[in-house]
Amino acid sequence: MTPAVELSNVTKQFGDVVAVRDLDLTIADGEFFSLLGPSGCGKTTTLRMIAGFEFPTVGSLRIHGHEMGLQPPNKRPVNTVFQSYALFPHMTVSENVGFGLRMNKRATAEIGERVTRALGMVQLAHRADAKPNELSGGQQQRVALARALVNEPEVLLLDEPLGALDLKLRQAMQLELKELQQRVGITFVYVTHDQDEALTMSDRIGVMNEGSLLQIGEPQQIYEHPTSRFVADFIGEINLLPAVVVDHESVRLHGGHVIRATTGAAAGEAVTVAIRPERLELYDLDEVIPDTANRLEATVQRRIYHGDVFYYDVDTPAGVIEAKEENRPGVELYEIGEKTVVVWAPEATTVVQE
Amino acid sequence: MTTGTAEVETVTPELEAAAERAQSRRGVLIALPSWAYLILFFAVPLVIVLVYSFATRSSTGLTQLEGWNLDSYARLWDPLVGEIALRSLLLATTTTVICLVVAYPFAYYIATRRPVVRNVLLILVMIPFWSNFLVRTYAWRVLLGTDGPLSQLSQSLGGEPIRLLFTNTAVLIGLVYGFLPFMVLPLYAALERMDWRLVEAARDLYANGWTAFRRVTWPLSRPGVVAGSILVFIPTLGAYVTPAILGGAKTVMLGDYIVSQFLAARNQPFGSALSIAVMSVMLGATIMYFRSGARSL
Repeated sequence: MTPAVELSNVTKQFGDVVAVRDLDLTIADGEFFSLLGPSGCGKTTTLRMIAGFEFPTVGSLRIHGHEMGLQPPNKRPVNTVFQSYALFPHMTVSENVGFGLRMNKRATAEIGERVTRALGMVQLAHRADAKPNELSGGQQQRVALARALVNEPEVLLLDEPLGALDLKLRQAMQLELKELQQRVGITFVYVTHDQDEALTMSDRIGVMNEGSLLQIGEPQQIYEHPTSRFVADFIGEINLLPAVVVDHESVRLHGGHVIRATTGAAAGEAVTVAIRPERLELYDLDEVIPDTANRLEATVQRRIYHGDVFYYDVDTPAGVIEAKEENRPGVELYEIGEKTVVVWAPEATTVVQE
Repeated sequence: MTTGTAEVETVTPELEAAAERAQSRRGVLIALPSWAYLILFFAVPLVIVLVYSFATRSSTGLTQLEGWNLDSYARLWDPLVGEIALRSLLLATTTTVICLVVAYPFAYYIATRRPVVRNVLLILVMIPFWSNFLVRTYAWRVLLGTDGPLSQLSQSLGGEPIRLLFTNTAVLIGLVYGFLPFMVLPLYAALERMDWRLVEAARDLYANGWTAFRRVTWPLSRPGVVAGSILVFIPTLGAYVTPAILGGAKTVMLGDYIVSQFLAARNQPFGSALSIAVMSVMLGATIMYFRSGARSL
């Protein structure tokens, strides 16, 4: 099947500044794809190139197999949900939603019917005659969504559409968006700097930094097998420990301790070991530890109560490590200064180069 | 702590009232200079003009504050007045339209530049204000004169000398020149506030560049268009300096007609009646314009 969006070798420069560098990206039809990264990483520029607001300096951009790199936005089969919505303030909700259809010279009756259906889909049929400034943030967000989806685009582009909403509403909208995407079957390209959002909704995530795409993968893959220090650090909480490769199955941590970890790096190479805090377990000194597990003797430095979890900062020969213990009933607490053993599975150990 | 709370509870309404009174006193104090200014230089002269418009002109041209009558107002229906009023209206309308057509793209250009470039361009717009309007209008007299640079250029190219000075066209050129900044600035202010993502949204929704302008940029910049048009139209309608200097000896517009009544004709009551009539029409038109503008926005 032809991919929905295909960027090959795309570079975008603004004067001397390279916003996007050598980007290769293929987004499948019907996929919910997120571009994730910190501000200024090039994710919005990438989205704007797909929308047609920016043209690539170099490279090719195809939408459903058609070269679109230099087409103006109105000639592309895509629609955008803008950050803070960009609703037309001088038009009513239904005029906003019907704008694209009017521009496409659809019959008045058809426009009316499709606008009503789109507003029904986002549960805003009763606000059809309101002006955007009379709506709440969440409602404006829905109008923006309806305004884009009513045109049945081949690809829907979303630029941090939930950024302006408060947490509860944002979480509700995340699920709603995902559900909506599955229902309409349109390809979504979603730009966000919020890793939770990307992990929750996406079929696949592309992590960007400084104009480059660092890793593409399913949420679980990105979270559990980051291929670079940046991706490991950017998504979720993580312990990053400097290490030196011993062989393909073990690395030596700072302080001389050798642990099991799979790596393709050559012996003697300096690498970083990444371990998620929730994958670490604290054991008593005299407890039986599985033979295959990695372990480090540690002293508890700090314990922070966080409701659902306890955070421990423990001091080990390899450096200070953060561990996260679930607050289960009857959980054994370690006190500050207490000796313990930090234990984790070799599979939970990711080795990243550079 | 408890006493503090009790105190606050009992005192609150009075405190609030006192604070409100203090605030309104402060407001009056702040507004005092502008009130004084408006009363002294606007209301008082206006009342004098109003009173004069009902007075009698003596045979020697003096104004007699007795024998109150409506003769001056009756003279407003004189065909000559109608002709001058019509010409003024035409010139003011043409000036406004030309200013709008010239200023809009320019204001658009300024508003879409980088902030540094914007400021430079805005200063360029305002530079003419640094010298006297009268002097600048006299400069146009040189530029448009029969032996001025325009005419010389035409002659050196083998053409006829250009006779623009003392024509209505010369007055129009002078008016457009003089009032263009008053159109540029409000348009710039409106366009500078413009959210350009709305234009992108329109483009995204299949509007081409022109349609996006027509459906989004233009309606959203209309407050600037209305403000600029009022700022150009009203002073142009009553313009005096430009028609007097560039229009030659004949009467071109209401402004110089009114002045001629006060000076050459020494008919202050009629001049006053003319002034009051022009002001009333302008006020009515402005109110109507604002109302229609406010509804459509």
